[in-house]
Amino acid sequence: MTEKNKNQKSKSNVHSLYPRKLKLQITWIFIIVLLFYFYSLYETGADFVTLIVDFDKIINALFNKMLPPNWEYISVAIDPLIETIQIAVVATTFSVLICIPASLMAANTIVKNKFIYQTTRTILNILRTIPDILLATIFVSLFGIGIISGILALTIFSLGLLAKLLSETIETIDPRQLEAIRASGGNIIQVIWYGVVPQVLPQFISYGLYVFELNVRASLVLGFVGAGGIGTIIDTELNFLRYQNVMAILIVLLVAVIIIETISNMLRRRVV
Amino acid sequence: MITFKDLSLVYPNGTPGLKDVNVTVNEGEFVVIVGLSGAGKSTFIRSINRMVNPTEGELYVEDENILDLKGKDLRKLRTKVGMIFQNYNLVNRSSVFKNTISGRLGHTGTLKSIFNLFSKEDKARAYNNLKRVNIEEYIYQRADQLSGGQQQRVSIARVLTQDPKLILADEPVASLDPPTSHQVMQYLKKINTEDNITTIVNLHFIDMAMEYADRIIGMRDGEVVFDGPVSEVSEKTFEQIYNRPIREDDLRGSDTDDGEE
Ligand SMILES: Nc1ncnc2c1ncn2[C@@H]1O[C@H](COP(=O)(O)OP(=O)(O)OP(=O)(O)O)[C@@H](O)[C@H]1O
Ligand SMILES: [Mg+2]
Repeated sequence: MTEKNKNQKSKSNVHSLYPRKLKLQITWIFIIVLLFYFYSLYETGADFVTLIVDFDKIINALFNKMLPPNWEYISVAIDPLIETIQIAVVATTFSVLICIPASLMAANTIVKNKFIYQTTRTILNILRTIPDILLATIFVSLFGIGIISGILALTIFSLGLLAKLLSETIETIDPRQLEAIRASGGNIIQVIWYGVVPQVLPQFISYGLYVFELNVRASLVLGFVGAGGIGTIIDTELNFLRYQNVMAILIVLLVAVIIIETISNMLRRRVV
Repeated sequence: MITFKDLSLVYPNGTPGLKDVNVTVNEGEFVVIVGLSGAGKSTFIRSINRMVNPTEGELYVEDENILDLKGKDLRKLRTKVGMIFQNYNLVNRSSVFKNTISGRLGHTGTLKSIFNLFSKEDKARAYNNLKRVNIEEYIYQRADQLSGGQQQRVSIARVLTQDPKLILADEPVASLDPPTSHQVMQYLKKINTEDNITTIVNLHFIDMAMEYADRIIGMRDGEVVFDGPVSEVSEKTFEQIYNRPIREDDLRGSDTDDGEE
């Protein structure tokens, strides 16, 4: 069999695009993933077939319950929406402020001391592995239900993200522009303010806006664990099976998110 | 006056940069350092403002041994020593004026500099220095929108705004074409004679060294192998410094297009 294969190969000059070993590996990985998939379906008792066969019925049932949205409920949803946006604004502001010193300490172009550099990096990496919903649960249990817990959770969550993005940007700046300021007798703060800031400011603004958008969406989910915002009323309405109210909230939210993203895209285009 | 006394430098990775250098540079001199790549020219120059740290010997700038300076004292030394770089090292996204006035940072308090509170005299000084190198018309242009020669002139203005006693220039014309190179060297020479600022320049073009220097220092493998006035220098001297015959690319070429004066 292998003999024959070899012969064929040497006869024809047609080579496969990928080496045989790679093809074999990919096939194996594919089979394993497929097996795992069916095992999961079996274990969780998910009825995939019914979902496909009765798809139209499910959709119909869902929409019959959700539509038409309860337009009157929109006025109730406005206040929690504003709260959500407030949580996102405050959390983004806090994390932007804290991330500046943190990311300077986590950038090897600024901090030459290996210990400080590694320690800051490690702390930031750990922060980033904690899911936002877990942070919110922890803070709710510490400070009780309400907007403070939401703000703290999102501040810490976005701090990890922002500091990572910013410190990596600071690591790619041109060190020669700093060297000149250092050589003329500038101190470290002057080097940062005159040499680093102009180089990273456009990206920094862009990251800040991005994290703000993320925070608006995240604060929605946080409402489910009692951390304030529009998620709280979605949770309540879902629990009482008032789907037409839920639909109204979703519409309000969709409009708000679209408006926020449009504005932040406009701002971003202006600075970059 | 700058005095190197048995000065040696070994880089942290073990590479020797300078070996037992003894040199005295007098006030107002225009010294050109020549030598092949890796000879230690940059190391020599950057020792004087402690951008690198010599490991043995003594180094006096205005009668002060600078090897132990730290923190504030080191920054004070650096305000007295202006530095010009091969790649101009301007802050690209900042304006020409902001780059120029940043030469005052060493003389300005941290808080004041954060809020751009430079004194009237400082602003006037920066503008006058831009005028001196004929670049004042680009004052609010972003630095990276200028040509190489223009950027180097801005960096000269920045150094002048620092009000230095001494100017160090590390290959200031290596990235420029021949006419622009001569223009930049002429500005440096003019400043040297008019303000009596001691100037030390690294060059690897023989003809330019001969044209602008009062005195030439030749280096090879971290050692000073020649030190004397230009009048004592001939093609033979360079062949000794370089340890090989002179080639075409050791010459920058003549000052055909004089640019503006
Ligand atoms: N930061 C550093 N760490 C380790 N070794 C270095 C460092 N900088 C320079 N060297 C070494 O020190 C020696 C002298 O280098 P230096 O940069 O002073 O030479 P140069 O004469 O300026 O050369 P060039 O004309 O290429 O700029 C070289 O062998 C170089 O490899
Ligand atoms: Mg060099």
